[in-house]
Amino acid sequence: MFNLRPLFALLSILTVSSVGAQALKPYQPVTGERLLEQDSDSWLLYRGSYDSHGYSPLDQIDRETVADLEPVWSFSTGLREGHQAPPIVNAGYMYVATPQNHVLALNAATGELLWRYVRYLPDDLQQFHPTNRGVALWGERAYLATVDSYLVALDAVTGEVDWEVAVEDYYSGYYMTMAPLIVDGVVMVGVSGGELGIRGFVAAYDAETGAELWKTYTIPAPGEPGSESWPGDSWKTGGVPVWITGSYDPELNLTYWGTGNGGPWMGDTRPGDNLYSTSVIAIDPSTGELKNHHQYHWNDSWDWDEVAAPLLIDYEREGQRVKGLVHAGRNGYLWFLERGAEAIDFVDATPYVYQDVFTSVDSVTGRPEYDMSKKPGTGYEASFCPSLWGGKDWPPASFDPASRLLFIPANENVCSTMVGEEVEYSPGRAYMGRGTSENGGFYVRDGADHIGELQAWNVDTGERAWTTTFDSHNWGPTLATGGDLVFMGGTNDRKFRAFDSASGETLWEYPTNSGVIGVPVTFTVEGKQYVAVQAGWGVDAQREQNLINMSQGTNTYVPQGGVVWVFALP
Amino acid sequence: MTNRTTLDRRALLKAGLGVGIAIPTKSWAQPPNRARPQPGDWLVFDGGENSGQRITPDLLALEQRPVAALAKDPATSTLRDGSRLNRVMITRLDPTKLSEATKPHAAAGVIAFSAVCTHTGCDVINWVEDKLLMACPCHESHFDVYNGANVVGGPAPRPLAILPLSLESGSVVVAAGFTGRVGFTQQF
Repeated sequence: MFNLRPLFALLSILTVSSVGAQALKPYQPVTGERLLEQDSDSWLLYRGSYDSHGYSPLDQIDRETVADLEPVWSFSTGLREGHQAPPIVNAGYMYVATPQNHVLALNAATGELLWRYVRYLPDDLQQFHPTNRGVALWGERAYLATVDSYLVALDAVTGEVDWEVAVEDYYSGYYMTMAPLIVDGVVMVGVSGGELGIRGFVAAYDAETGAELWKTYTIPAPGEPGSESWPGDSWKTGGVPVWITGSYDPELNLTYWGTGNGGPWMGDTRPGDNLYSTSVIAIDPSTGELKNHHQYHWNDSWDWDEVAAPLLIDYEREGQRVKGLVHAGRNGYLWFLERGAEAIDFVDATPYVYQDVFTSVDSVTGRPEYDMSKKPGTGYEASFCPSLWGGKDWPPASFDPASRLLFIPANENVCSTMVGEEVEYSPGRAYMGRGTSENGGFYVRDGADHIGELQAWNVDTGERAWTTTFDSHNWGPTLATGGDLVFMGGTNDRKFRAFDSASGETLWEYPTNSGVIGVPVTFTVEGKQYVAVQAGWGVDAQREQNLINMSQGTNTYVPQGGVVWVFALP
Repeated sequence: MTNRTTLDRRALLKAGLGVGIAIPTKSWAQPPNRARPQPGDWLVFDGGENSGQRITPDLLALEQRPVAALAKDPATSTLRDGSRLNRVMITRLDPTKLSEATKPHAAAGVIAFSAVCTHTGCDVINWVEDKLLMACPCHESHFDVYNGANVVGGPAPRPLAILPLSLESGSVVVAAGFTGRVGFTQQF
């Protein structure tokens, strides 16, 4: 077959004036040492550091000065839908991934465009989630996981395609929206497609050549450990995607990934625990071996993906230091686990939003028991809280190691109604088996006075420190800084805000062009601190807004269109 | 049937290459099952208890939930299942209630809409029974079946394309190609 794709990709690079490039210093290759050092002048990883804290010690912008924060440049992406990627910054070079798989390379201080990669997507592609969550950097390349299921290596200086490989067949329902995770030259990606009857996996590629190194499925094949938790052939099409970048512990040499729910959505179609769905899994990046796991909840029937990677936080319990994993679950519980070379152990779990499904959580194993009247099934309609988007969906929490506070972007008071219907598997077709319920199966609890929340929890006491509420639902990823601030957008009023991390008080806000569902970052250029984020409402934030409008009789409109915003002090 | 692929002019302009550059092209035979539905094709059920069977109006209940269908070339018995863009959703409506613009495309009330959402290309498989709206499970776009699948909710930018139908010896056949572009349009 004559393949035009590489040629298209090459021709689609927009080479622009090199004036901006002249103002930049030579490109600094990204090395394993630089990624481990957590150089705060750059923002080299999806969450800034391998531990996924989403924290920077930068403190020029602090609770005293933040009132003067102002935009210094902005850049329209020219695209609609969900702009969720963090601007990845390497010593003055900024890389922004967008929906439809464009990548913009910009001068981080001026916003000058250095190059643009445009991917030509197939006409017959379906995009359940039209978004991308960022590039990863290694050496002198930027790596992009695409919605048509390719991994693309771009020259970070010129934007030219160095290589690309097909990770899976998009026509069979596989797609990718995550930022890759790179450890020591190993580029790791996970796949989306839990709605389409895929079999989820994490795969690794050689950063230099693109050669596949390993592929680890999230559903065991017959005979493998855990395979007894899947009946019949359900393992072949059981979903369990991985669509958020994992964390990495260099001491244990383990990566930690959150996994999605099983498919079809109704648990009664696949009786059993369905390992390793709705779990955290630990994978050795050198070999791909799945070393250990913890399942947050078994036999999901609520579409509660637990894909957000746990934060690696060492916290106190009963006077002891615990090397921990902390995860604000889509199932509405805040999970504290202990990570080790041989096991992931349960420590404790607490609901952080109203949750009416779990009747108990085993104090030793962490296994929840359910109120089965709240568990939808095939032909059985049930209502449950939180909604299918959970107490927190993918938007990442952050952690301030100085104050010991974990910041959770949450949604309270929203619930779902679901009923299952029989569904037949066909490659690439919807394989959810969800029937139709009133108002799209969405409702707000009676008497609710708000939906969105930003919560702060002390990880050592396990207690909530404060909660700031919003009328709007909240899809805002968070950034914590050494300036005692938390940055977050996420609401339907287009605002990007800075909060006092000690109290939750709003200290600064700025109305952008659209809703802000992008991951915020901070960095410096020539000693000056900047905060950057993409505005660009879409995907599930917009879908939830549609359902709120339907159920509440409102007509809230949030404009779309992506813009990169960069803020600094005068 | 052959199809020639070339780089479009816009791609060249974007690349700053202008005109006069030699672009390699290659012809290949497009598999007949990938071709869009053609006039005269039969329409058959795609899935369900009648899968593969020719569609007649009596096999569809009035205002029933739309079901998937595919075109089939009667000369070669080729089922046009080589592209998801070929799939349609069919139901039977009351011809007297169809909008004037929609009516010519139905056959004894049987109407076929592209199964592919114009927003981001998902399969429009859901049905809001009390409002007679086709619904996309991805982003809640809603389409009014009596009014040419006009968008009445959600982010879809335009209606679903209609596959015009007619009757031939009591069975449904394709009368013409899709009325509009099938699927989503890439931005930028």
